[in-house]
Amino acid sequence: MDNFTPFAGLGGGLLIGAAASLFVLVYGRVLGISGILGGLFGGAREEILFRLALIAGIVIAPLLLTSAGTNLPDITVSASWPMLIVAGLLVGFGTRLGNGCTSGHGVCGLARLSRRSIVATLVFFATAAVTVYAVRHVFGG
Amino acid sequence: MIRIIGALAVGLLFGAGVSVSGMINPAKVLGFLDFAGNWDPTLGLVMLGALIAAVPGYALAKRLDAPLTEYRFHIPTTRHIDLPLVAGAVMFGIGWGLAGFCPGPAIAALSTGLEDVLIFFAAMIAGMGLFRVFSILRRKQA
Repeated sequence: MDNFTPFAGLGGGLLIGAAASLFVLVYGRVLGISGILGGLFGGAREEILFRLALIAGIVIAPLLLTSAGTNLPDITVSASWPMLIVAGLLVGFGTRLGNGCTSGHGVCGLARLSRRSIVATLVFFATAAVTVYAVRHVFGG
Repeated sequence: MIRIIGALAVGLLFGAGVSVSGMINPAKVLGFLDFAGNWDPTLGLVMLGALIAAVPGYALAKRLDAPLTEYRFHIPTTRHIDLPLVAGAVMFGIGWGLAGFCPGPAIAALSTGLEDVLIFFAAMIAGMGLFRVFSILRRKQA
């Protein structure tokens, strides 16, 4: 557990939860990133702009933090390109089929005690853990 | 215009959270999911922090008749557990475990411009597009 960063984790989590609270109180919506991305396919112009602005904010945030002198973690990707493509297709299709991802089901859904979100969150965490086990400890070195 | 700026602000807050928490780095996420390896509990604390801040917001929202800037809430009302929910969660879980990226952090990681991130992101958007085709075909069949 030498890589455990509890304070950054908790602090960052509070910011994510605060964003979810603001979004539901101001706009009445679930802050589910896969739903917001998926909604870009079709929809009224104003709605698409609204979603793009939110996505732009997510991309810009780390750039602002870095330019303000915050040290952000490096990004280490271990998966190969074919693996990244398979993973991306599964994440894109699966989150739309299951109506949510870590933010929509995992944060917002659990916060409002939605039964569907509790089931989805348990299933995707368990499946992801089994996948990592298979990749790292069964097939991998 | 103010509505758009508000969305940008929510995105900034969310993006800052994903970055500061370390979840922008897939290695950190995989470290949590790897219970049999050198386990990193950080993602558990990210979820805890997020719930601490989101539960009061949702509790307050429940008591309001409408959100601050719209006529009504747009919160899902479906309650039954069905096959698409579970199958979708399984597919997402496999993809998440393979790459270590879920949609929010993948967007934040675009800021690095790394090829690996762009490839994952493009595939994820393609997967969402495929789902759109799939759901149109399914509706036609029904």
